Amino acid sequence: MEVKEKIKKTIQKHTENGHSVNGSTVINKRIPVLKTYKLYINGQFPRTESGRYYKLTNRDGKVVANICRGSRKDFRDAVVAARKAQEGWQKKSAFNKSQILYRIAETLETRKAQFAETLMLQGYEHQAAEQEVYASIDMLVYYAGWCDKYQQVFSSVNPVESSYFNFSFPEPMGVVAAIANQQSGLLSLITTIAPAIAGGNSIIVLAAEKYPLTAIDFAEVLNASDVPGGVVNILTGYSKELHTHFSSHMDVNAMMYCGNNADELKTIQTNAALNVKRVIAVKDIKEESPYRIMGLQEVKTTWHPVGI
Amino acid sequence: MENSLLHNPKKYFDTINPAKETRIASVAEAGQADVDAAVSAARQAYNKVWSKMPARERGKYIYRIARLMQERARELAIIESMDGGKPIRESRDIDVPLAAAHFFYYAGWADKLDYALPGMKAEPMGVAGQIIPWNFPLLMAAWKIAPALACGNTVVLKPAETTPLTALKLAEIIRDADLPPGVVNIVTGAGATGAAIVNHAGIDKIAFTGSTDVGKIIQKALAGTSKKFTLELGGKAANIIFEDAAIDQAVEGIVNGIFFNQGHVCCAGSRLFVQESIANTLLRKLKDRMETLIVGDPLDKNTDIGAINSRDQLNKIKSLVKIGINEGGECYQSSCSLPSKGFWFRPTIFTNVAQSSKIVQEEIFGPVLAIQTFRTVEEAIEKANNTPYGLSGGVWTDKGSKVFKVTSKIKAGVLWANTFNKFDPTSPFGGYKESGSGREGGMHGLSAYLK
Repeated sequence: MEVKEKIKKTIQKHTENGHSVNGSTVINKRIPVLKTYKLYINGQFPRTESGRYYKLTNRDGKVVANICRGSRKDFRDAVVAARKAQEGWQKKSAFNKSQILYRIAETLETRKAQFAETLMLQGYEHQAAEQEVYASIDMLVYYAGWCDKYQQVFSSVNPVESSYFNFSFPEPMGVVAAIANQQSGLLSLITTIAPAIAGGNSIIVLAAEKYPLTAIDFAEVLNASDVPGGVVNILTGYSKELHTHFSSHMDVNAMMYCGNNADELKTIQTNAALNVKRVIAVKDIKEESPYRIMGLQEVKTTWHPVGI
Repeated sequence: MENSLLHNPKKYFDTINPAKETRIASVAEAGQADVDAAVSAARQAYNKVWSKMPARERGKYIYRIARLMQERARELAIIESMDGGKPIRESRDIDVPLAAAHFFYYAGWADKLDYALPGMKAEPMGVAGQIIPWNFPLLMAAWKIAPALACGNTVVLKPAETTPLTALKLAEIIRDADLPPGVVNIVTGAGATGAAIVNHAGIDKIAFTGSTDVGKIIQKALAGTSKKFTLELGGKAANIIFEDAAIDQAVEGIVNGIFFNQGHVCCAGSRLFVQESIANTLLRKLKDRMETLIVGDPLDKNTDIGAINSRDQLNKIKSLVKIGINEGGECYQSSCSLPSKGFWFRPTIFTNVAQSSKIVQEEIFGPVLAIQTFRTVEEAIEKANNTPYGLSGGVWTDKGSKVFKVTSKIKAGVLWANTFNKFDPTSPFGGYKESGSGREGGMHGLSAYLK
């Protein structure tokens, strides 16, 4: 009896939107397709090689998705991809880089509803979610505009005493590793990615543990915006596990840390000394400034003789 | 200390003339208490005087230093050559005038800082702790002190233990220029004194020039603190000679690149890359030129290469050269005679070395050149970049577009085309990768001392 009752209820539930034909029930409620969230490395979406995952739950405690718990090996793979992609990205014209950053903003704008919804699914309030998406798009536009201007603002022709044409201009440091702020689902990614790639660097970012969905969704935006594979790589996983690997890698030139954990920052700064990595502790993820770009640049000075 | 020369230290150490192995002077060894006193003097001077003073007046003090240095140039050059072993021609024509020019250049920035960092309000950092090496004692003191003061900071500077004398002379000059007490403090001593500065809680910024090994120790020591730092560390510069280069001019450049200041130069052109087609000719010319180099008394105006700075450094050079020979490198040295006393090393070149050879990978900091050949531009660039260092590089070719192709691809902070080892106060200097972080000199050198 009880079992029969249960079956009846189940049928009822599934036929709420259905209808009855000749006494038999047609079930036509659509079953949504769930998305598998993976990492973004070298322009592709691989699962973590470690096979590990963590559960992302919503406010009601319901599991929303299984998230890749990225490993040291995933990070190392991402660095290889980033290193390989960096030179080609640097070589693209400043105008071209600018257009690609602007393109990311355009693509994100068309998906703003989706991003706001996904932020809410991860715990954002409606208004905060919308604001975060708008701020992210605007920040991309801001840095898109800097791509072909910061060099002019921060370069110099130096009036040396001897007979040389001497000039200094900024060049990208190379490969940047970044850890997002744990309280931000999208803006914290943009605040690391945009100034890094506007300046011709490639980057590997670790998304906030609580907000992996928007991070991987954003990877799709990048993938659809002519950003060459490997220029931006996004990992999901635990900051407390990965920050030591990020900071001790010998082929990473600079490290951005947006977190609030003083111990993690100290470890990063300590490990950075292994290869004199530059460490930038980002305190305000909303800050927009060309100095964010310059923090990831080296100034090169060239002496060229005048006369024959 | 405290602008300066007031101190009652408990310990002294000797500084010797490396060309004669005789003692020149005994110098105070600053302990923790002395560093504490210097930092507190610098803090007081910063709070009460230097940061409050109109920028233009600050600038006028710095101009005074430049002028007094020019007036006492001869004295400074002689002391520099006696204490450090460098040829008088170099200290007289390069070190001292450049040091004075640095003060002169940065003096003028003091009241124009808002133009240096667009969109930012230029504010000093506070008290800067500065540690400098023994290869360009006075010049490095100028590179450190001049921009720091112009930006409104006060300083505690430690010269290297083998070459403290010109920094102390500079302290005398600064005193004579009537700078307010505490604005510049010079503390002498070795590694322990340096560590006391690095770890001092009263210091806001550390500027260090020296080896990459020590730079890494400093960077590590500063982890978790709010101190800012700039590091100017070691190098292993590639000097690339293309077949279309003016060959005699290139030979002069190679000699200047590696034998200038006995090779005690962080940006020395210590890895030579020669295009295969001209390798034999160039090598012959280089060897001929090396035979004409005069090694000897630093105070003799005819001397090209002076004394190695210290016995320790001489031993280090000798041991690396031995490794080079053991690893199969072909070693050639000029046949010049050497004085019987003092620390000397003949100009030395190695051929038949590989990218993996220790003498190709490690900084020797002496008159020792490792020579390799290449065929294509791409090969030269790849070999040049195959190093953890990235301070400088040189390119020799008659073709302008080739110059810029190569200089834009070499990952280093300073690139010289058809020249080498040129410096100027207006020209930023500093490294990529493990050669350090931050720039000194020029407009870009200001940001190292501004918030």
